[in-house]
Amino acid sequence: MSGSASAQRPTWIAPLRLIAARIGAALLTLLLVSMVIFAISGLLPGDAAQEALGQGATAGQIAALRHEMGLDQPGPVRYVRWLGGIVKGDPGTSIVANQPVSKIISERLPNTLRLAALTSMVAVPLAFLIGVFSAIARGRRLDRALNVLTLSMVALPEFLVATLAVLLFAVKLRWLPSIALVPQEPTLGEFLRAYTMPVISLAVIVVAQMARMIRAAIIAELDRPYVEMARLKGVRPGRLIFRHVLPNAIGPIVNAMALSLSYLFGGAIIVETIFSYPGLASLMVNAVTSRDMPLLQACAMIFCATYLLLVLIADTVAILANPQLRKG
Amino acid sequence: MTGATSMDVSRRALLGGLAAGLAASGVRAAPSTPRHGGSIRVASIATSTADTLDPAKGNNSTDYMRHYMLYSGLTQYDGQLRGRPGLAERMETRDNVNWSIRLRRGVHFHNGKPLSAEDVVWSLMRHRDPKTGSKVANIAEQFAGARATGPLDLQVRLTGPNPELPAILAGSHFVIIENGRRDFSTANGTGPYICRAFAPGIRTVVTRNPNYWKPGRPYLDRIELIGISDEISRVNALLSGDVQMINAVSPGSVKRVRASAAHQLMETPSGIYTDLIMRADNPVTSNPDFILAMKYLTDRELIKRALFRGYATIGNDQPIPPFHPMYNSNIPQRPFDPERARFHLRKAGLQNVRLPIYVSQAANASVDMGSILQEHAAQIGLKLAVNRVPGDGYWATHWMKHPLTYGNNNARATADLTFTLNYQSQAAMNTTGWHNPRFDRLLAEARASTDIARRKAIFGELQWLVHEYCGVSIPAFITLLDGYDRRLKGLFPIPLGGFMGYTFAEYVWWDA
Repeated sequence: MSGSASAQRPTWIAPLRLIAARIGAALLTLLLVSMVIFAISGLLPGDAAQEALGQGATAGQIAALRHEMGLDQPGPVRYVRWLGGIVKGDPGTSIVANQPVSKIISERLPNTLRLAALTSMVAVPLAFLIGVFSAIARGRRLDRALNVLTLSMVALPEFLVATLAVLLFAVKLRWLPSIALVPQEPTLGEFLRAYTMPVISLAVIVVAQMARMIRAAIIAELDRPYVEMARLKGVRPGRLIFRHVLPNAIGPIVNAMALSLSYLFGGAIIVETIFSYPGLASLMVNAVTSRDMPLLQACAMIFCATYLLLVLIADTVAILANPQLRKG
Repeated sequence: MTGATSMDVSRRALLGGLAAGLAASGVRAAPSTPRHGGSIRVASIATSTADTLDPAKGNNSTDYMRHYMLYSGLTQYDGQLRGRPGLAERMETRDNVNWSIRLRRGVHFHNGKPLSAEDVVWSLMRHRDPKTGSKVANIAEQFAGARATGPLDLQVRLTGPNPELPAILAGSHFVIIENGRRDFSTANGTGPYICRAFAPGIRTVVTRNPNYWKPGRPYLDRIELIGISDEISRVNALLSGDVQMINAVSPGSVKRVRASAAHQLMETPSGIYTDLIMRADNPVTSNPDFILAMKYLTDRELIKRALFRGYATIGNDQPIPPFHPMYNSNIPQRPFDPERARFHLRKAGLQNVRLPIYVSQAANASVDMGSILQEHAAQIGLKLAVNRVPGDGYWATHWMKHPLTYGNNNARATADLTFTLNYQSQAAMNTTGWHNPRFDRLLAEARASTDIARRKAIFGELQWLVHEYCGVSIPAFITLLDGYDRRLKGLFPIPLGGFMGYTFAEYVWWDA
């Protein structure tokens, strides 16, 4: 950002107002989402008492346990109590594990964050390079080759990629472990061995999506008159892309990244399942099958909040990067 | 102890591993001599936040295994599901109602507290408290009372006679915990292993209990128990050497495990079955001729061959499997006979009716069983509409709630338990809802009898009654398949479940 604070205050205020509005909208969305989550989770057939006692339970046993778990209270009462807890940072107690939800999630959230961070570190630069080069070489052989590559990566389901990778690297060659069990205090080698295959499997999908969107965003810019003008003035291709095109394409690119990265949270379920990786997505599926509503709702809130946060960051970057919005 | 006198010699000879494990005097080849040390990782079919250290809440094979690692029962199963002395040195009764139990001397909990009769009273009677949320509350209803009569002696009174109490008490839910214990964030038992780490849905780590009450046991230093729900991933983890033992290998993966020189399969014929339930409260499915028609329409050979690839035992529409000591081998095997099915259907006047039948992946193999039945039914003029419903929530919303549904039944240790829980008229889980006064009377009589021959005769007749009249079709009993590293020794099947009826931890050793 440019300008000294005293003389040009208004240049700060306009984008700030926009960003504040975005934040307000995000919070409102989150509130609505919380209602939807609470209402929908109540529609699932069966409840935690039934699931806990299983196939062989009698009606009397279920009623007793339901009372014990507080499931016999009316819905709105439970919603208000739950929302109050969430705001205070206490999402309640898991009725299945009988532990605070925050404790269960605190065991899993770092795993998910670590996997997402590592995947982003691999995927973002790679997607960026593929997207940029493919856009520059539009229509040429390199572009076509990269297109075929990314299209087939998008088309390959991750369970196939992951399973094939396991068969090759774990069962056949025995280079890497087939399950991502990270020891409590891993050495760098153990850490890398455990994460290589999950990260590759996830990155395959994310890179492809991201690269295609980045390519499209840059191509859209390349068709604009100012690019032609710059070319006519003799600007070299590298400088053209990095100095002129990219700053203008940054909004769409960041949005594309946010969309792809949000997938790394909930969408990691298949990779988590195949590699027995204890992350948030499998925790949420687990909560659905055991009808552990406090845990399910907390997970859903985390996924929605993450998504909104990523989109919010993307919007903020886009606002700040756009001179028209920046000047108000 | 029940049946302690009757020994089936041929069967015992088959169970070489048992002989080696129990009788140290047996002269055997060097590799079979148990040795101490070693650390293994075991992957079971499921792990979730519902994982528990509370034996009363055990919900699946992973829980049962964990509980048998950490706790011991008053009795223990042998290869034929008889209750052998465990923490109880003696169990005596005259009338099968009042039982005197003498505990083993010198047993200590992991925290050093000596085992006393009060611990046992607490461990048994807590199942009757609804707050415990016990999975076996309905079995525990027969415990009328229990009281300590000395530091190591107690009396258990039942509501009615039951000679199979020793076998019942060997179940993982009835293992012994400390008196007054309500907090299960960690485990304090008398079992072969001590709990070192327990993270529900992630892992359990246990280490050898040096003060275990069986001298010299267990053999392994450490076991890590994890869950891999995806079958292909589980087999991959075994073959890649990341885990040393897995359960529930599907018949389709058998070839892969057999192809590996470093791995082996253990087959456990079990009493687990998937059954077609014809409800007695519906005019069509309660018709005796309709029931027989469906039973004759079941192609057992095809189900065994195509669905289980041979890893199953043909069933005869009654819940006691052929290897069970109480099995009635005099009931002729019901064949696949569409003509007789057509005859019964015509006799019932139910040709050209249209019936929905509910299948789900929750009930093992039921989707394919339903499709096969539908094909055969169409040929004799019965229209079955197969409704495939999600596995999630199946037991609460569909099972037993429609005239025709498929269900799964777990293996129970005793014939009495099987019949009491699922076939007695008043049973909460009387799956078909049938009501047969003769069946109920005979079951009560079997309980009251102490004569083993008489009991076997009665249980035999109960099997015939179910085979002939109950609205249940039991095509096959599933054979459980465990895969393990060849260096793991000392395994033998206990037909209650995979992993030696979940009790492998105290028997196996690592031979590397």
